[in-house]
Amino acid sequence: MIGAEAPVFIPLAFLVSAMLALLLGVISRPLAYVTAIVGSAAALFFSVRGLQAVLADGPISYHLAGWMPPLGIELYLDPLAGFFCVLLSGITLLVMVYGRHSVQHETPRKEVPFYSLAMFLVGGLSGMVMTGDLFNLYVFLEIGALSGYGLVAIGDKRAPVSAFRYLTLGTLGAAFFLLGVAFIFISTGTLNMADIARVLLVSQPTTPIMLGMALIVVGVGLKMALFPMHAWLPDAYTHASSTATALIAPIGTKVAAYILLRVLFFMADPEYVRHDIHLTDVVGYLGAVGIIWASVMAITQKEMKRMLAYSSVAQVGYIALGIGLASPLGFIGAVLHVINHAFMKACLFLVSGSFRLRLGHSSIPKLDHGVGRVLPWTSAAFSIAAISMIGLPPTAGFFSKWYLALGSIEQSNWVFVAVLLISSLMNAVYFFRILERMYLKPRSASDDGKEAEMPQQAAPANNEAPGSMLVPTLVLAAGVLVLGIMNAWGISHIIEPMIPEGL
Amino acid sequence: MIAEFPPVLIFWLGAVLLPLLPKNVRPWAFLAFPAASLALVLSLPIGTTLTVEFLRFELHVLEVTQLSRVFGIIFSLIGIIAGIYALHVKQTGQQVAALLYGGGALCVTFAGDYLTLFAGWEVMAVASGYLVWARGTGESYAAGIRYFLVHLFGGSLLLAGIAIQVVSTGSILLRPFEYGESIAAWLIIAGVALNTALPPLHAWLADSYHRATITGAVFMSALTTKSAVYVLALLFSGWDILLYMGVMMALYGVVYAVLANDIRQLLAYHIISQVGYMVAGVGIGTTLAINGTAAHAFSHILYKALLFMGAGVVLYTTGKSKLTELGGLYKHQRLTYWLYMIGAFSISGFPLFNGFISKSIIVSAAGKSDYSVAVLLLMLASIGTFLHTGLKLPYWTWHGRDSGVVPAKAPKNMIAAMAVAAFFCVLFGVYPDLLYRQLPHAMNYQPYTLHHLVEAVQLLAFTFIAFWIYRSSLAGEPYVALDTDWFYRAPRDVARAVFVTGVNRVFDACETLAFRIPGVLSRVFTHPAQFLRTMRLPTRDFDPDADRGPLADPLALTLLVIVLVAIWNLWW
Repeated sequence: MIGAEAPVFIPLAFLVSAMLALLLGVISRPLAYVTAIVGSAAALFFSVRGLQAVLADGPISYHLAGWMPPLGIELYLDPLAGFFCVLLSGITLLVMVYGRHSVQHETPRKEVPFYSLAMFLVGGLSGMVMTGDLFNLYVFLEIGALSGYGLVAIGDKRAPVSAFRYLTLGTLGAAFFLLGVAFIFISTGTLNMADIARVLLVSQPTTPIMLGMALIVVGVGLKMALFPMHAWLPDAYTHASSTATALIAPIGTKVAAYILLRVLFFMADPEYVRHDIHLTDVVGYLGAVGIIWASVMAITQKEMKRMLAYSSVAQVGYIALGIGLASPLGFIGAVLHVINHAFMKACLFLVSGSFRLRLGHSSIPKLDHGVGRVLPWTSAAFSIAAISMIGLPPTAGFFSKWYLALGSIEQSNWVFVAVLLISSLMNAVYFFRILERMYLKPRSASDDGKEAEMPQQAAPANNEAPGSMLVPTLVLAAGVLVLGIMNAWGISHIIEPMIPEGL
Repeated sequence: MIAEFPPVLIFWLGAVLLPLLPKNVRPWAFLAFPAASLALVLSLPIGTTLTVEFLRFELHVLEVTQLSRVFGIIFSLIGIIAGIYALHVKQTGQQVAALLYGGGALCVTFAGDYLTLFAGWEVMAVASGYLVWARGTGESYAAGIRYFLVHLFGGSLLLAGIAIQVVSTGSILLRPFEYGESIAAWLIIAGVALNTALPPLHAWLADSYHRATITGAVFMSALTTKSAVYVLALLFSGWDILLYMGVMMALYGVVYAVLANDIRQLLAYHIISQVGYMVAGVGIGTTLAINGTAAHAFSHILYKALLFMGAGVVLYTTGKSKLTELGGLYKHQRLTYWLYMIGAFSISGFPLFNGFISKSIIVSAAGKSDYSVAVLLLMLASIGTFLHTGLKLPYWTWHGRDSGVVPAKAPKNMIAAMAVAAFFCVLFGVYPDLLYRQLPHAMNYQPYTLHHLVEAVQLLAFTFIAFWIYRSSLAGEPYVALDTDWFYRAPRDVARAVFVTGVNRVFDACETLAFRIPGVLSRVFTHPAQFLRTMRLPTRDFDPDADRGPLADPLALTLLVIVLVAIWNLWW
């Protein structure tokens, strides 16, 4: 009966394989890779079983070591958390498989700490998704964050400096979060989230509770790179190795966004958050400004990974915008965008890693139509993910924006509608310029009106990325399409039942 | 079962299958998909509806009406013709894009709800933008970017309108709007009008079509604007404003064609003019006018494709497309010339060609609804059309002074495709009932009355005489003066001031602005932070290393955020 025990097995699988990877890595380096894959596969298996059990029998509450909450630590798996765990472990598995050549190529001889830290990171994140205890959340947050700093530091020459900046700012965020937890604890006398919710429902909003909530929101906001607290992200994503970025970008910031949803709409009463302390407005407008600013910055960038990093900040803004709407449609849009963006961004970062392996760079001005010939499948995957980022139907990206737009119109919030529309155009600017280069820009740019229908010069040979890198990329690209077409099922089965009361 | 298969899927299936086939088979296999689609459209009975449950909405992905059927037939048919024309092209990317593009147009045509419509709309924008880029010149690259952005902008307007419509009415089904009904209607019409190239939203068309690939331009001339006309006819029939805009478009395109030196750009301007007739027809909104719009779209696609194919042959065989560089090609390209002329006769509305039987419906409809000024202006536009596509373009391309250019031999398939299109132009011109039977409303219209014939012959004959007298001043010069003597003979200066100078200024300003904004923006985007600090255009590019502030900055910013949030929280 694994289903009922699933909540504890998922982080355990990651954490155990993290330590095993270190031990086995001493014997032989490739063993660390195998351990990471086995660990992620096991976690994926448990997540799927857990999700099945939850869908069949309702939410599972697991009490660690048999201590009853609110004293003991509770792990809580509901359909949303279950789905998140499947998503998280699934993407981890794909990225780990991808790592084989890429990690070897970009950070040679550092495979053992790399895989071990990656497993610690995901272990921490999966714990964050499931925990029902605010302090335990902090612990998992720090497990994830600390291993994240290490993972970023294993990168190119500048990575340690970026990791240091990330560490400093991340610690500030964690400190805010902890301070907020302390305020809440003082006021309510409990750390269990469900318990806090019950207390908050009957108590008057006092200054410590308001301050506590504000501190938690800002602390988590920094972790999810909410504008203007995103300064750590572009450098960290650019200088970390491609595999590490592909792991942190789609999952790391998204889990923080997920925590924000949990804290604002499940732990506190949505009505209270919206009307008494106005926190959703703050999150929503910061998100809206962040979308525009980060999109502008993404257009400015010349390095593909840095561009994608800025685009991540913009995408986090969409999620924040959905949270800020504080309505059922906004909730659906935010959750859907968390899922969609995880797929799209993972796919795009994997592509940039393949470029680095096969072309030796991922600099946008150096791309030309050779890329489309050398890496045809990788380029196709990039195109699908890019079109989804712009938000054209029938790809996944369209539907989350659709719900966000509907939610904004429902509340007559024309600022948000305008932001959504303008940002689509800006996404188009920075993705189309890459698509155009990948497929159409001739080797040496000639502006003399040469006809493309005349015979072409000799095409460069096909030199597609190795299978271990190509297959995960293609699976993610296919996932973007499947998510787009199947999202109706996900919304009605996973997201809608989870819309909190009072939203 | 088969009867309820959406034709769009045949095209899109083709786009997926084509790259998997052996390279040499692809151009021929291409033809199979539009052909299958044509057969399917013809076999679909009126009233067929296919619904799919999606997102708690019921999507009508296939809704066959008389109106959508006409457009479906012609979009499939032109797919075949343009496919033949492109048989010699070996670029799979273009073939796939063309299939996606045609599929998008069919998707729009048979859509019964806004979501399906929007999906087809955006696929069309992306696929057709690719056809501009595929030309592979620096010029076409820039034009392609502009093309994308304009269309995504239009798509955004459309999407905003759709979202508002869905939220306020709760239904995603397409249904006609009353005049000025809601903000949603205005947003939707703005988005659609952009695709019809309604001035001042027209700059993209004359900017991109002549920069697209030779074969791509044939598809483009047929699909984008006409699918938008279809949507207008479906949703906005009877909106008065469309009549005025349409008449203005009809004149505007003609006037601007005077300035065009590139033969394909000249033809592109005439698309604006011809689409103007259709938009005007939608604006009149009577059953006769809607019939005229559908018929004219049908005819227009055939003869415009034929004209673009002719111009494409010239470009392909000589590598030149400027009137000033061409001339005297007739002795080398007799067949191409005469096939082109069939298209030119059609667009000018010669009796026995298909332009005559469709254009006159719209003009008659305007007359029957007592819009006599509109009738006059539409006839004026008709004269200008003949003058430019029927006389000026062929004269300075195939006759005129001999430029000494010796064209290469054109591929047979190009000529064959032109012949097919020309055949249909004549066929429908001689047997108009073949077309009339397909029209949305019952049709009791006789184009070949003595009155119509005399009118047409008079107009054309006098235009020809005027051309012959003034032909030297009409030569395509790189900087031709706006010589409109022939146009408004007596009240020339007044007319010029009203119709040309004033209108030109406005549209020139729009066009300049449309091109300048992206230029300035792209400068700003090289270093947005510096721009915000100094409020001047950036002096250098953004450099992540040089522009990375000390770590204290983000720390201070975070602290500032928490302080502000706390203040907002506690004291608001």
